[in-house]
Amino acid sequence: MSGFAKPLKIALGLIVIAGLIVVPMNFNRYGLFILSQWAVMTIAAMGLNLTLGYAGQVSLAQGAFVGIGAYASAIMTTHGWPLPVAIVVAIVLAFAVGRVLGYPALRVQHHYLAFVTLAFSTLAFLVFRNESWLTGGIYGISNIPRPHFFGIATNKPLPFYYVCLGSLAIVSIAVWWLIRSPWGRAFMALRENPLRAQSLGIDTRRYTLMAFALGSALGGVAGALYAPLTQYIDPVPFNLSLSLDLLMMVIVGGAGFYFGPFLGAMIAVLLPEWLRFTEGYYLMLYAIAVMALLIWSPTGILGILDRYLAERRTRAASALRAVAKSWLETAQ
Amino acid sequence: MSAVLEVTDIKKSFGGITAVDGVSFDVREGEILGLIGPNGCGKSTLFNCILGQLTPSGGEVKLDGKVVTGLRPSELNKLGVSRTFQLLQVFPKLSVRENLILAGQEHQGNMASRLVGRSDAGLTDTANQMIGFFKLDHLAAEPAGGLSYGQQKLLDAAMAFMGGPRLVLLDEPAGGVNPTMLSDLKERLVAINREKNATFVVIEHNMEFVMSLCSRVMVMAEGKVLAMGRPDEVRKNPAVIDAYLGH
Repeated sequence: MSGFAKPLKIALGLIVIAGLIVVPMNFNRYGLFILSQWAVMTIAAMGLNLTLGYAGQVSLAQGAFVGIGAYASAIMTTHGWPLPVAIVVAIVLAFAVGRVLGYPALRVQHHYLAFVTLAFSTLAFLVFRNESWLTGGIYGISNIPRPHFFGIATNKPLPFYYVCLGSLAIVSIAVWWLIRSPWGRAFMALRENPLRAQSLGIDTRRYTLMAFALGSALGGVAGALYAPLTQYIDPVPFNLSLSLDLLMMVIVGGAGFYFGPFLGAMIAVLLPEWLRFTEGYYLMLYAIAVMALLIWSPTGILGILDRYLAERRTRAASALRAVAKSWLETAQ
Repeated sequence: MSAVLEVTDIKKSFGGITAVDGVSFDVREGEILGLIGPNGCGKSTLFNCILGQLTPSGGEVKLDGKVVTGLRPSELNKLGVSRTFQLLQVFPKLSVRENLILAGQEHQGNMASRLVGRSDAGLTDTANQMIGFFKLDHLAAEPAGGLSYGQQKLLDAAMAFMGGPRLVLLDEPAGGVNPTMLSDLKERLVAINREKNATFVVIEHNMEFVMSLCSRVMVMAEGKVLAMGRPDEVRKNPAVIDAYLGH
């Protein structure tokens, strides 16, 4: 996103944030549900963007981590625990399981790794469905309460939307910090050239495990918010298709771009709603739109912007060189 | 002068092919050792075995008298062993300065401090000094991928020095670099060698470069050490002339 003047970027950011706070005040229940869902899915997609986009580790299991977070949160809050505690437990649980899932990545990569994570995704689904003593099996868990914060109930859609938006804000700041830290640089090195990274002292094993653990932990956060958002969960939403949806959000938005998941989740959550007026055709139109985008720009929507800015920089640099050259020729 | 690196009877075979066949040598502190030999004689494989990128089929590597055979490349780098590769290995999307910070960051603090501490790991000044030293000042903020081949080669070498290594293994640093930039590179290497007392092992095909830079030269042929000595001795060695020119 470099290339825009800094004040312009800040102004744009403030307008978007103000819009996200003010505009939904007039939304109906359904509109707020969709927007809350966008915030929650953005958090999960940001996690996958860390693992896949920055660190280059393919994962088809992000949906399973959303499920782990959702069940942790649902089970705890229906037993009287406050949501913030449930979120912390969801983070720790998803982090730990994600770290374990990182071990295969130390041995296999690309398609093979995709298959390992896919198998994990199926395993998690089977646990959600079959271990009914814990998860309620196919009947799921209902009456999941929404929290009280400082005496304010968030039962109504608008206050709970602010809970989701606030969580997204916290996660966004944390991820921004992470990708600008030496860790972010090490993740990128791991993706671009692991051999060179090792020779520069980068412990690629530790960073690979951390990329999985942190990405999964964000999946856990998203799940922990998803449960009180829908107030009812069963195993179906956390099957492989959620992992594929999240993968699509990251790819369509632009893998490895900070704002990619925000855009990707917007398209995946909102576009089907906008296309609803076409009735039976909306899924087909949606699929065609995604295919067309990826053929035009394999690096996603932000890839288009990035290419444009890079071309502009190149043009500016060659113009400078031309000026310098003519100046040198006149000087002779 | 004590030996920084002692390599004893290193062997490496791939299937039926023995790429490195019992190579032994040592590198003395502060010297620049040249490593030459025809293509395919096992020089790069030897480097990879020493640096942990490949596990040797036999033999032992000692660093400062301690056995380091089988350590991972990142662990060896932390112990002060650095390298460059035959092919360019800079990170094209990062700026020149960011490349250098990346190259040094793992030598600062620990995993936790690298997460919560400063984004540049406190290395901006060191990186800027390195940029000045390698005369890349005007390119500091440019993405490394936009640099010329020779400039990237300089950056590649500069990255190897960011962690303050004691021993640096350079794999064909002169390949594809124009003569002006080459004398620059040589000057820089000699300066670091003298000022920081850093020890180098240099694989190179450019004879002039090797003979003028190195205090000793080791010649390999078909996975074995053919000769070892001062540049002028090696140049006159009939076995060496034979290996290079054939019959």
